[in-house]
Amino acid sequence: MFEPILLKNINTHDSHRIDVYLKNGGYQALAAALKMQPDGIIQTVKDSGLRGRGGAGFPTGLKWSFIPKDPTIPKYLCCNADEGEPGTFKDRVIIEKDPHQLIEGMIITCCAIGAKVAYIYIRGEFVFGAERLKTAIDEAYQKGYLGKNILGSNFNCDIYIHKGAGAYICGEETALLESIEGRRGRPRIKPPFPALAGLYAKPTVINNVETLSCISHIVNRGAKWFASIGPEKSPGPKLFGVSGHVNKPGMYELPMGTTAREIIYNHAGGIRDSRKLKAFIPGGVSAPMLTERDLDTPMDFDSLAAKGTMLGSGGIIVMDETACIVKVAMRTMGFFRHESCGKCTPCREGTDWTYKVLQRIERGEGKEGDVELLEKLCGNIFGRTFCPLGDGAVMALRGALKHFRDEFAYHVKNKRCMG
Amino acid sequence: MLSDKSKEEIKRVLNKYPNKRSAAMDALRIAQNETGCLSGDVMQEVAGILGMPAPQVNEVAAFYTMYNKKPVGKYHIQVCTNVSCSLLGAEHIVEFLSRKLGIKKGETTPDKKVTLSVVECLGSCGTAPMMQINDDYYEDLTDEKIEEILSKLP
Ligand SMILES: Cc1cc2nc3c(=O)[nH]c(=O)nc-3n(C[C@H](O)[C@H](O)[C@H](O)COP(=O)(O)O)c2cc1C
Ligand code: SF4
Ligand code: FES
Repeated sequence: MFEPILLKNINTHDSHRIDVYLKNGGYQALAAALKMQPDGIIQTVKDSGLRGRGGAGFPTGLKWSFIPKDPTIPKYLCCNADEGEPGTFKDRVIIEKDPHQLIEGMIITCCAIGAKVAYIYIRGEFVFGAERLKTAIDEAYQKGYLGKNILGSNFNCDIYIHKGAGAYICGEETALLESIEGRRGRPRIKPPFPALAGLYAKPTVINNVETLSCISHIVNRGAKWFASIGPEKSPGPKLFGVSGHVNKPGMYELPMGTTAREIIYNHAGGIRDSRKLKAFIPGGVSAPMLTERDLDTPMDFDSLAAKGTMLGSGGIIVMDETACIVKVAMRTMGFFRHESCGKCTPCREGTDWTYKVLQRIERGEGKEGDVELLEKLCGNIFGRTFCPLGDGAVMALRGALKHFRDEFAYHVKNKRCMG
Repeated sequence: MLSDKSKEEIKRVLNKYPNKRSAAMDALRIAQNETGCLSGDVMQEVAGILGMPAPQVNEVAAFYTMYNKKPVGKYHIQVCTNVSCSLLGAEHIVEFLSRKLGIKKGETTPDKKVTLSVVECLGSCGTAPMMQINDDYYEDLTDEKIEEILSKLP
């Protein structure tokens, strides 16, 4: 049995309080990190093999090493807690149940990259989570883990909360920066990359909540230990959120690379009402869906990429045979249409048009040639958008069409579901 | 006019940032908490406090969905209808609420007590179907649970 690391304490009474966190060994990693050279911390995180849990799987230590070393330039850390990818509910668990784990990771990260100020960008709907974070930050100041001269080390660090206000696109890192700067959340052109010119045009690291929550454990238990969990190229523990047609939906922490079959059947209790699995989305709705044939795929960045999909956020959405794939595709495209920031035409117009075609197919008003039209529209969007949202929308739809083209065609012809 | 309390609160959040503009989102939220919705006058006042041109503030308010540009009821019910919730009956939840409240989605009851909206994923997919009423999440919804929740709204 895998012993949980990130979720170890979430069922402890008052797990969000600093005294409970301290009793369980909290803030020891910070004390250790403050005695290390910043480069030593970065090297440890590099050696651990940690890759970003926000979706793209970028090596975390490498990302940090891009930050210029010049101590006269202010630098920033932004924690991405915008958690909006449908099917994803992992960061919320950490924020509500073990906020100090995140805060400790953030302070260590600031120390490594030389940032004195960090922001947590939390989606506006997480009102309770933001309160929990606020209280935890206050506690950390009181105990001297935040503020000036932390643990007598001469290191200063402040963490502030920035609340979003309902815009999925602000999870995209440059849109997030725009939003902190008090603008509409529209992605920026890259380069310059945030590591050189990010928040307020200063060097900035943006990391996901789960990524930052791994840091104290890596410092405490060593890079080797972390690297030994799961596959060599994407090691560590991973939070898998399972939702949809399973008996036990919920959050499961398992080694990266655990198969979808094991997660869905052994941990999430299998398909409800003893039905058959029809499809599953491995990592939030942007990740193209897979079918029963792919159940033995290890859930890690590289194995899923090899299957033409992605680990994304690790939010697994399970569909049994009663699910209508046309409806799922329609709902998914409706989401992207709603969340398109409108900056570029292929995404803005393309998601709108595709959504309308999907809507009419779903309503039983599909026209001959609609499936081909969808494919053509995908081709007109893909690779022509400013940020990955547009491509994500296309990939999701293409995934559905790839495995269930017959079902779309049946819908168009017979004006109803196959089932 | 915003109350002194809200103005004080806005001044306090300015400390978090190196410039005033960054406080625009917080300021709009603070203003909305007091006034319920962001009228042109309210946004003008926020712009004044932040020393920003009013169109810049309006642009921010228009972009983010949580800023109410129209008045909403005392209770704002927002039902997630994204994929995970939809698979477990979100449409039924919307219909059920609609029937109980006698309003369609997007509408407010005549007594201005309740507004019913449908929204995108709220990050609670493992406890679907779910809804948010003002700041609070209500998860694993059933008809009975909804009836109870509605009956307890003061
Ligand atoms: C449309 C879009 C939405 C995103 N939403 C999130 C999000 O909600 N949370 C997150 O951590 N990363 C999100 N990302 C990824 C971020 O851009 C960024 O890669 C990530 O926060 C980096 O952190 P990591 O290296 O720790 O993974 C999103 C990306 C895109 C393109
Ligand atoms: S791809 Fe879509 S979300 Fe991204 S910048 Fe273009 S319009 Fe905005
Ligand atoms: S899909 Fe409904 S909360 Fe995520």
